[in-house]
Amino acid sequence: MNAISSDLRTQAGAAVKINNVSKTYETRGKDDVHALDKVDIDIAPGSFVAVVGPSGCGKSTLLSLMAGLIPLSTGEILIDGQAIRKPHPKVGVVFQTDLMLYWRNVIDNVLLPVEIKHQDRARYKETAAALLEQVGLKGFENKMPSELSGGMRQRVAICRALIQEPGLLLMDEPFGALDALTREQMIMDLQAMWGRVRNTVLFITHGIDEAVFLADRVLVMSPRPGRIDLDLTIDLPRPRQWTGIHENKGFQHYVRQIRETFEAKGVLVEH
Amino acid sequence: MAKRSAWRESLVETLAAPVMAIAIIVIWQVSVPLLGLSEFVLPTPSLIAKRLVTDFHLLATNSVYTAFEVVAGFGLGVFIGIPLALAIFYWRPFERAMYPMLVALQTIPKIALAPLLVLYLGYGWGPKIALAFLISFFPIVISTVVGLQSLDKGLVNLVRSMGSNEWQTFFKIRLPAALPSVFGGFKVAISLAVIGAIIGEYVAAEKGLGYLQLQANARFDTALNFATVVVISVLGVALYFILSLIESRFVFQRELAK
Ligand SMILES: Nc1ncnc2c1ncn2[C@@H]1O[C@H](COP(=O)(O)OP(=O)(O)O)[C@@H](O)[C@H]1O
Ligand SMILES: [Mg+2]
Repeated sequence: MNAISSDLRTQAGAAVKINNVSKTYETRGKDDVHALDKVDIDIAPGSFVAVVGPSGCGKSTLLSLMAGLIPLSTGEILIDGQAIRKPHPKVGVVFQTDLMLYWRNVIDNVLLPVEIKHQDRARYKETAAALLEQVGLKGFENKMPSELSGGMRQRVAICRALIQEPGLLLMDEPFGALDALTREQMIMDLQAMWGRVRNTVLFITHGIDEAVFLADRVLVMSPRPGRIDLDLTIDLPRPRQWTGIHENKGFQHYVRQIRETFEAKGVLVEH
Repeated sequence: MAKRSAWRESLVETLAAPVMAIAIIVIWQVSVPLLGLSEFVLPTPSLIAKRLVTDFHLLATNSVYTAFEVVAGFGLGVFIGIPLALAIFYWRPFERAMYPMLVALQTIPKIALAPLLVLYLGYGWGPKIALAFLISFFPIVISTVVGLQSLDKGLVNLVRSMGSNEWQTFFKIRLPAALPSVFGGFKVAISLAVIGAIIGEYVAAEKGLGYLQLQANARFDTALNFATVVVISVLGVALYFILSLIESRFVFQRELAK
C-alpha cells in the first residue's frame, strides 16, 4: 500500500502545449460548426488546470482533440513534445458518464486499459486494488457496476483512468451527472487523490467553485467558437479545505473574477 | 404477520401456473366421456400419455430427424446471418443495398415457398432445412444489427482513448454489448425454425414428426397425432432451453444492471 502510493508519487506529469488549435466540424448537409478558435494553452508538468465555459463552447471538443479522438482543423497539440494524432498511451480520460462495461465487475473495469494495451493484468491487479482502496471501494472489487451508486461508479472510472499512471489525466465534467452532495465529496476526494498522484490534470467543469477549489489555474472559455478569455492562476495554499471555502476571501475574489468574465460575454445576465 | 402473507403470496405465484395446467388437464379428462366424444375426435390426456409411452420409439426416431432439420436450419441461419449482420453494420453501402431487400424478402411468407423448395431440393433433408433456415435467418440478422447499433458511442470513445483498435473494440465492447439482443433473436429464431421444419415435412417427407402426423391422420389415429404435437412442443421448449442455458452462461443482461 505504502509502496504503491510512493510509486504513484514519483510518476512525472506530462507537459502539454496547445498551439493555435482550431476545430471546425464539417457536417454533411448542414452548416459547419466552428467549435474552437485559435486556442493556445501551455500546461506545466504536474499542474492542475480547470476549464470552465458555457455549454456548447467547445470544452469537450478540446478534450477530444487532446485525447486524440478527433482530428484537428489547424494547429498542433504536443504532449511531452510529441504531436497528437491518435490516442497517446500516457493519457487517461474520465468522461461525464461513468461508462462502465456493465458485464464486467469493478476490478475488470479498472483493468480494461491494461488489457487493451496487451500488458500483464496480474502485475496491475495490486495497483488496481490499491487505487480502489484509496477511493473507499475496498471490498467492492468483485461487485458488478449495477450494485454501485453513481458516485461509486464514477470513482471506479477515475481508478480506471489512473491505473497506468497517466502523465496527463483528462476529465470532462466528471461530476456533472452526480447529485450535489456526492459531487462535494468527490471534489474533496479528487483533491486528496491528486495530492498523492501529482500528474498533470485538465479538468473540465461548469462549476466555478469546484474549478477554483481544485485548480492551480482556471481557464475561462468564451461562447462558441471557444477561445480562452481568462487565464487565472489560483494562488491558494494546499491542501485546501472545502468546508468554509466559500467564505475564504481569496476564493471569493477568484470566483468573482470568473463571473465577471462571463457577465462581460453575456453568459451570465442579472435581471 | 406481514412476512407470512408475503410468503403465502409467493407460494400462490409459483403454484398458479402448474395448478392451472393440471386443472385444464383434469377438466379435459373428465369432460371427454361426459360429452360422449369418441377418441377419434378428442382423445383423453391419459390416452395421449399412454401413446407417448407405447409409441416412444416411433416418436423418438422421428424426433431425431426433425431436430436435425431444425438445428441445421438454425445453424445455417447463424453462420450466414451473423456475417451478413456484421457486413451491414460495418459497411454502409452494403447496408443501403441490403437492408431494403431484406425487409422486402421478409414480407414473403416463407411457408409459401415450401412447395417450390420441394421442387428444387427434392424430398430429403433439403427443403426442410432450407425452410427452417429461411424462417429463422431474418430475426438473427436483425437482432444482431440492432444489438451492434445500440451501443453507447461513449464506450467506443472510451476504449479508443485507451488505444484500442477496431478488432479489440469489437471483442471487448461491441460483441458483449450486442449479445443480449443477439440471443433474443436466436430464441425467436429457434422457435420459428421448428415451425419451418414441420411445415417442410407436411409438404413432402418420408420421416420426421410432421410426416408422422400426416401418417396418423391417414389412419384416423388422433391420439398419436396429439402425442406428436406434445413431442413437437417438447422439442421446441428443449431447444429454447438449451439456448437460454448458453445465454445465462455467457451473456450479462443489461436489464439486470438497471
Ligand atoms: N461531432 C460533432 N459534429 C458536429 N458538431 C459537433 C460535434 N460535436 C460537437 N459539436 C458542436 O460543437 C460545439 C461544441 O461542442 P462541445 O465541445 O461538446 O461543447 P461543450 O463540451 O463545451 O458543451 C457545439 O455547438 C456542438 O453542437
Ligand atoms: Mg461537454
